[in-house]
Amino acid sequence: MRVKSGLAEMLKRGVIMDVVTAEHARIAEDAGAVAVMALERVPADIRRDGGVARMSPPEIVESITGAVTIPVMAKARIGHFAEAQILEALGVDYIDESEVLTPADEAHHIDKWQFTVPFVCGATNLGEALRRISEGAAMIRSKGEAGTGNIVEAVRHLRAITGDIRRITVADSAELFDWAKRLQAPVALVREIAEVGSLPVPLFCAGGVATPADASLVMQLGAEAVFVGSGIFKSDNPSARAKAVVEATTNFDDPAILLKVSRGLGEAMPGIELEGLETRLAARGW
Amino acid sequence: MKVGVLALQGAAGLHLSALRSVGAAAIAVRRPDELADVDGLILPGGESTTISMMLDANGLVEPLAERLAGGLAVLGTCAGLLLLAAQVTDGRDDQRCFGTLDISARRNAYGPQTESFEAPLPVAALGPEPMTGIFIRSPIVERTGPGVEVLARLDGRPVLCRQGAAWGCTFHPELSGDLRLHRLFCEEGL
Repeated sequence: MRVKSGLAEMLKRGVIMDVVTAEHARIAEDAGAVAVMALERVPADIRRDGGVARMSPPEIVESITGAVTIPVMAKARIGHFAEAQILEALGVDYIDESEVLTPADEAHHIDKWQFTVPFVCGATNLGEALRRISEGAAMIRSKGEAGTGNIVEAVRHLRAITGDIRRITVADSAELFDWAKRLQAPVALVREIAEVGSLPVPLFCAGGVATPADASLVMQLGAEAVFVGSGIFKSDNPSARAKAVVEATTNFDDPAILLKVSRGLGEAMPGIELEGLETRLAARGW
Repeated sequence: MKVGVLALQGAAGLHLSALRSVGAAAIAVRRPDELADVDGLILPGGESTTISMMLDANGLVEPLAERLAGGLAVLGTCAGLLLLAAQVTDGRDDQRCFGTLDISARRNAYGPQTESFEAPLPVAALGPEPMTGIFIRSPIVERTGPGVEVLARLDGRPVLCRQGAAWGCTFHPELSGDLRLHRLFCEEGL
């Protein structure tokens, strides 16, 4: 597990960008991304086009791997361990068992202990995060609502996770059993949180980041790195925006730098109000 | 004595806590004024391309080059070793390396993350008990110059080396919980 979550340690204070082509991947690396996430369509397009969203074809992942020197992640459907086996054989550096794709199993997530490649999973609250960790996830990302350009759900999920972590650190030993029951999570993991005051694996943020200010917000709320999906390549000037989000993540607590990098970026991706959504991707996963 | 950890991107937090555990005053370094204030520096693991770009963005390239040339005690781990190297292969053409250690290193030389590993690592300078070397998408040191002292090897290849005040390792001492290398760096390096 140290080797698996160790790579997540190396990605901290960095930005992981969704890319669908080798050209996108090069733009992301040129801008300073710490890793790229290879997928067939960015979440905004999955939302618009509908249909079943699956793992990327191997050729796409390979063309992206060949285009960059930084780590390459790829998404598998929730519960689709065969997609994960294929991605592992392909040599990706991380697998995202992702609610952005159409779930393959409505009760079971992948048993991630069976794999050498590390997994990241989404979570909307602490219980979900701990269930994924008990299944072998080496990194958690708050889910947010992918493809909306709306940060509100990311903030909700991040606050839910970090707020409960803070509350657990002041619970007494008897209360920890109740926490485990309420969170539907192993008591050993709840105890570990009570002792160390954080998740046993890194906590990153995803879903709705569209501006340098969004990246700063979630980092200040306790995220240790940022995933940006549609926010880069659905904006006016992907290259400049990608670079600005990277600088904002590194310097998230320095308002003077945030102001500087927020200028001259053109239009951000058009955002969506949550009330108008037909599908809540974050509701997928159990 | 104040030890800085370059905290632009990567595993800076674990180095800061390791330094504090061995009794050093440790600060995160992201700006030139913070760099000017330290007696020693750790360059952590992370993505070397990103760290290199953020050195440029935050105006740290010149100040860091000057401090390194002035003999600042420095320990580079993984991506940090690449910053100290004289030559980096399989990186980006524009990535910074300061030539503080007369070594050539190949970036991410073991392959993808599935090839990352742990291995016991005898280090004579740290006593009989081996360290646990945690290697994550690690570089390989392919050449060491005559001034470079090799303190540990794995499969015959240097994984911990030193040249004057500059130390570099291809593994991650900050992930293992073993504080001996941080302690040695603070005691001998500073």
